[in-house]
Amino acid sequence: MADITNQSLNEIIENIKTKKVSSTDLTKAYIKNIESAKKLNAFVTTTFDQALDKAKQFDNKPNFNQLLPGIPLAVKDLFCTENTKTTAGSNILNNFIPSYESTVTKNLWNNGSFLLGKLNCDEFAMGSSNETSHYGNVINPVGDQLVPGGSSGGSSSALAADLTPATIGTDTGGSIRQPASFTGTVGLKPTYGLCSRWGIVAFASSLDQAGPMTKTIKDCAIMLESMSGFDEKDSTSINKKKEQYSKNLKDNIKGLKIGIPKEYRVDNMPKEVDELWEKGKKILKDLGAQLIDISLPHTKYALPTYYIVAPAEASSNLARYDGVRYGYRSKQGKDLIEMYEKTRSEGFGDEVKRRILIGTYVLSSGYYDAYYLKAQKVRQLIKKDFDDSFTKIDAILTPSTPSSAFKIGEKTNDPVSMYLNDIFTVPVNLAGLPALSMPAGVDKQGYPLGLQLIGKALDEQKILNIGYAFEKNCGFKNEIKKWWS
Amino acid sequence: MSKEKFDYFINGEKGKYEVVIGLEVHAQVLSKSKLFSGSSTKFGADPNNQVSLIDSAFPGMLPVINEECVKQAVRTGLGLNAKINNYSVFDRKNYFYADLPQGYQISQYKNPIVGEGKVLLDMPYGSKEIGIERLHLEQDAGKSIHDMDPSNTYVDLNRSGIALMEIVSKPDLRSPDEVNAYIKKLRSIMRYLGTCDGNMQEGSLRADVNVSVRKEGDKNFGTRCEIKNVNSIKFMQMAIEYEAARQVELIENGKAIDQETRLFDTKKNETRSMRSKEDAHDYRYFPDPDLLPLKLEQKLIDDLKKTLPELPDKKKERFIKEYGLNAYEANVLVSEKEISDYYEEVAKLSDKKLAATWMMGDLFAMLNDKGLDISKSPISAKHFAELVQSIKSGEISGRIAKEVFEIMLETGDNPKKIIESKGLKQQSDPKELEKMIDEILTKNKDKVDQYKSGKEKLFGFFVGQVMKSSGGKANPQLTNEILKKLLKG
Repeated sequence: MADITNQSLNEIIENIKTKKVSSTDLTKAYIKNIESAKKLNAFVTTTFDQALDKAKQFDNKPNFNQLLPGIPLAVKDLFCTENTKTTAGSNILNNFIPSYESTVTKNLWNNGSFLLGKLNCDEFAMGSSNETSHYGNVINPVGDQLVPGGSSGGSSSALAADLTPATIGTDTGGSIRQPASFTGTVGLKPTYGLCSRWGIVAFASSLDQAGPMTKTIKDCAIMLESMSGFDEKDSTSINKKKEQYSKNLKDNIKGLKIGIPKEYRVDNMPKEVDELWEKGKKILKDLGAQLIDISLPHTKYALPTYYIVAPAEASSNLARYDGVRYGYRSKQGKDLIEMYEKTRSEGFGDEVKRRILIGTYVLSSGYYDAYYLKAQKVRQLIKKDFDDSFTKIDAILTPSTPSSAFKIGEKTNDPVSMYLNDIFTVPVNLAGLPALSMPAGVDKQGYPLGLQLIGKALDEQKILNIGYAFEKNCGFKNEIKKWWS
Repeated sequence: MSKEKFDYFINGEKGKYEVVIGLEVHAQVLSKSKLFSGSSTKFGADPNNQVSLIDSAFPGMLPVINEECVKQAVRTGLGLNAKINNYSVFDRKNYFYADLPQGYQISQYKNPIVGEGKVLLDMPYGSKEIGIERLHLEQDAGKSIHDMDPSNTYVDLNRSGIALMEIVSKPDLRSPDEVNAYIKKLRSIMRYLGTCDGNMQEGSLRADVNVSVRKEGDKNFGTRCEIKNVNSIKFMQMAIEYEAARQVELIENGKAIDQETRLFDTKKNETRSMRSKEDAHDYRYFPDPDLLPLKLEQKLIDDLKKTLPELPDKKKERFIKEYGLNAYEANVLVSEKEISDYYEEVAKLSDKKLAATWMMGDLFAMLNDKGLDISKSPISAKHFAELVQSIKSGEISGRIAKEVFEIMLETGDNPKKIIESKGLKQQSDPKELEKMIDEILTKNKDKVDQYKSGKEKLFGFFVGQVMKSSGGKANPQLTNEILKKLLKG
């Protein structure tokens, strides 16, 4: 049989179900790939022995009725995994082994899959290039000098390099969609509250959302179905009936109204991005969708709003890493205050410190109204822009990112230009909406580019359907040469 | 009853000063589990044995509101005649401390669950209303233990995350006595409601005390100081006295009072500066994004209102009306729900007024002596009622009753049995008594003569002789009557 690891998750599941491949052989194939792809630095931790045990258990007593029968999966190292080290890409959690399993990963395991390893990511998911990780930067399989995007860069890299059949990431301002766009893969940020946040190392609680990263739209539907669901342990979790996204996937989008927001045409955007957007519009139009020009007037405030709200929440969320109960503690420090200072100085990297400082500042007495409170008000306006538009349309089509993958080191000294990467993705988080990044083409260097579909709250099925139809007609194929092995 | 006049002022050289006090009372909510986790709240467990991953703030852990704690706060709000807010918000109060695992305390800042209310105090100079500013829910912190090891501090997180109600009064209190009455009243209301056990030794009830002074008659408040975390009424009173005197002295010497946070040193009996206003923490309050705003349906509030027990103020009114007690008696007997329950049981079976007198006398003295709550009383309400009834019916005298009471305490027997078996029944047969008294008078002829010649004090001697010879059982009233009659003749 041909290399099974370059197949889609859906194909692999079919092969497992028809016993063309065993879970053990599948797992071994991925382990082989991972071992020969160390250069990519996609993994922080591997759990091969445990995975092979689980695969053997599955093969001995297979249950083919599960959504993910006998499927090994690597996941972002932001999800707490029971008895497996969870670092969040940070030195401060360097030695942290949770005694509990995040709800989302537990859901995946309950659907028949098991853990293959933990994937590198930006420290506490703060970054757009996976360069802020304490465990080194991750390389994009598209090119040995390229970043894989971030913060779910280990996830996108591992997926594109066939080191895992599918994966999950978290998306606070674009951390699933941007890396998906940079690696020619599919990434979905679900509606806020669709996937439980319980057991995910928190960055910005009102924005964080876990989601699938896959090779195809169908895979994305399977993964979303497996990981989502109400969780009473998360007060912001939405209590609703589970949907069968993969079973209900349809490629007929005739008559759907697709909004094209004029504010997403930004200055200095490469021509190819614009051309790709045009191509996307044409494909959808040819499939019978109706294109409607819309305006989301507060879009330009989204990025500054995001960079107030997210650091504010982060500054508070990260206060628990103080060296007292778990994680890294500096050996130095004469008293409590000094122990805190040294622990946090040595434990956190520069980008995390930068955001803690920003967040502390915007919440400070005398600045709160001008920054945090104002940002919350603007956030409502941004949300209202979307709400107003969605009375007329079914979904919104935009580019996923303003450029393709950039070079390692290119933006590390310029945080603002790094933050600009999230310009198309952050409004969605601020509004709590679902959005899908799907591969659509390549730029002139041959680097992948994605388009983003934004849906109404809880309209995941609809954007998956549009993505499904688009995928069939787009003709994109991710051709990655395995230069690293 | 004649009313006294309020008179608590600090006399300085330059005038009389009024003391203005406001309290922030922290009352631990009675609930099985903590405010945002399922951990037990039981007091006295081994250190760090009632700590969940949430209480110790492990990565990715999220708070989920405990509905019972919310209900307890609403009940308390209703008991304080306060406005219950249908919409309230949990905020994060950010600061670092070793026993604060999250690095923030979840509290309520701008939108508390309970708004303005009031508490009525019975003072010797009349009743006084104390305004409640607000009541909000928040998490308690853990405990830092500094004296277990010379070079390390230990942290116990059992208390971390237990629900507290912070009850903020208006600056309406004017003396240590009013503070005493206020705390006792709050405690009583919450114990009636079952929302806080009010146990100050275990730290279930503590307070921050805000004190300022101003010249008598001034309309404006002086600069206040906040004395943190005082855990007994006595210490609160001592701290207020010290602090008020300190402030008056500063003013008299022409010095300014710094608005600051102070600590009360219970050993030295003084308050000490903890941090000035400039060093005050910037808590960076903001709404906790892990929790949705708390929306209470009016129906829930109405339903809770319907199930509230009769509270002390109402009960007091009823005791006066129904049992003919005076205000003082009623006040004492409603101060604790258990006391009022005991009293009502006794009053049902015996004379209501006499029951009150005897409860507040001998029963309370005994309980106080033994350091017991009335719920642990060795004498049951039923037995106690029998005793009261025996006095009322004239079966035994008050003096004998005291003896019976002691025996009841020792043996746990019912008073009827004791009276019968020990032959303590009062001698109330006039013929027999007269015979006995006649004999005594004959035997003491000289004293009788002295009495008749004007030494009337000797009457007591004759009574004593009668009691002695009857073993204390002679009916005192009858003895008096017969003695008088025979001595006249």
